[in-house]
Amino acid sequence: MAEKRSLGKELTKGIIKENPVLRLVLGTCPTLATTTSMESAIGMGISAAIVLVCSNIVISALRKVIPQKVRIPCYIVVIAAFVTIVQMLVKAFVPTLDEQLGVYLPLIVVNCIILGRAEAFAGKNSVIASAVDGVGMGIGFTLALVVMSAIREFFGAGALYGHAILPESVPPMTIFILAPGGFFVFGLVMACANKLAEMGGHKKAVLGGCKACPMAASCEKLAAGEECKEEG
Amino acid sequence: MSENTENKKLLTVSASPHRRTKDTTSGIMLDVIIAMCPALVLSVVLFGFDSLKLVAVSVIFSVLFEALCRKVMKRNSTIGDLSAVVTGILLAFNLPSTMPVYMVIIGDAVAIIVVKQFFGGIGQNFVNPALVGRIVLMTSFPTYTNNFANPFSWRISELDAVTSATPLAVFAGNYNKQGVTDVINGDAIPTLAEMFFGVRGGCLGETCAAALIVGGLYLIFRKVISPAIPLCYIGTVAVIMLIAGGGSLTFTAYQIMAGGLLLGAVFMATDYTTSPMSLKGKIIYAVGCGIITSLIRIFGSLPEGVSFSIILMNILVPLIERYTHSEPFGTVKEKKAKEGDAA
Repeated sequence: MAEKRSLGKELTKGIIKENPVLRLVLGTCPTLATTTSMESAIGMGISAAIVLVCSNIVISALRKVIPQKVRIPCYIVVIAAFVTIVQMLVKAFVPTLDEQLGVYLPLIVVNCIILGRAEAFAGKNSVIASAVDGVGMGIGFTLALVVMSAIREFFGAGALYGHAILPESVPPMTIFILAPGGFFVFGLVMACANKLAEMGGHKKAVLGGCKACPMAASCEKLAAGEECKEEG
Repeated sequence: MSENTENKKLLTVSASPHRRTKDTTSGIMLDVIIAMCPALVLSVVLFGFDSLKLVAVSVIFSVLFEALCRKVMKRNSTIGDLSAVVTGILLAFNLPSTMPVYMVIIGDAVAIIVVKQFFGGIGQNFVNPALVGRIVLMTSFPTYTNNFANPFSWRISELDAVTSATPLAVFAGNYNKQGVTDVINGDAIPTLAEMFFGVRGGCLGETCAAALIVGGLYLIFRKVISPAIPLCYIGTVAVIMLIAGGGSLTFTAYQIMAGGLLLGAVFMATDYTTSPMSLKGKIIYAVGCGIITSLIRIFGSLPEGVSFSIILMNILVPLIERYTHSEPFGTVKEKKAKEGDAA
């Protein structure tokens, strides 16, 4: 059971080893949408982290009451309740952030990180472990968003946290703010996270090998049962 | 060097019998470079030494990025196959002569590092590297990539102050019979002869139709490219434009020579890595390019769509290959035979 694992590890695993965005590839939609500026990225990260911690605690506490067959709707109800609370708080105290995040704030309800952690962790572990897991994952999510948004805002708008850094004579590369730039940055940051995790002694993320290749359907080697030698 | 790995790849391409040729990657790339020379010379004549500077910078940095990338990734050096040189020239050909030098270097970095080396180097890139370099620059610095110097303006003044709209920009929004005749009879557009010899605003390598046709004929004559892709691509655009312009042949001629169509059809759509292998596949691919180019020109918010259309069709190439690959001689179509048995 999870009790054997140390709480410290549950906290730190979310940062690099099991970073929800960069290693588990969850919650990519809000990641790409809200990392155009650091301000909205931090807002998104913190709101999602609060919802994650609260829902993890409640779901873990209710894990013996919730019937197995209808667990997903039950999780969603709990998550939606906390998202509504967070949304009301944000609207009341930081209305500018609410405007920036727009539809992505209520969409935290269907954020795969939160449902994923409820399903994979909180539904099976003790309340304290789940809370710590939520904090770790929340920090990991926020960190990933901050790193990505810093890169995108710096190159795409020549600014950091809304403050202009580059002089006006240097035209910013708008593509970093646009969707294709988001995907490029996402890929690069993901590669760096994989490298860091590998250096930390964690196993390489396997993306399905040859079968995940876009050419798999027409690959003669795969049909013959061989794998490309390059995929170690 | 790289030839060993090349041979391994080639040997698994199709069923026997095989025939050995003396073609090497570097030989083919050298032919492509020779074919681009007329357009390069013309671009220097038209836009001055700015264009030579851009091409030189682009080539040097492409090769540099390729060498660095291979070194960092601990792979064997592939700069000897000249493919980075071709990418460098093509990227510069796709930019106006007024482009700041550092932006060209950014484009080279995107083309070589991101598009080519991240995906495994020559033969592995899923889209044309030079075109992605151009598109990244176009979406990032639209004011710079649309700043076309007038031909010969470099002789008049040191400051390239004189810029003009390209013929396609003049046509934009006028794709109907009345609009087309108005534009052709107006003053805002160069004559057909000027279009043919490249005396118009545009990117470095795309303006001179004559030089591009000479280069294309050389490549076809040397059997580096098959004529199917350029002919089908240009033919498709011609047919659609003939309909869009209400049957005006002059308008069709303008559409074929304007923008990057000839450059794209001859040098970029024909890239081996990102175009289908079979003749049927090539025709589907080229017609697709032609349709998308015409649609973007007529209905899109951009005046020109050659680069986007080639990239889009590049992405579809694996799918086209899947449905058009050739059956080895003498094999029985297994699936159909089985279905027949069941019925």
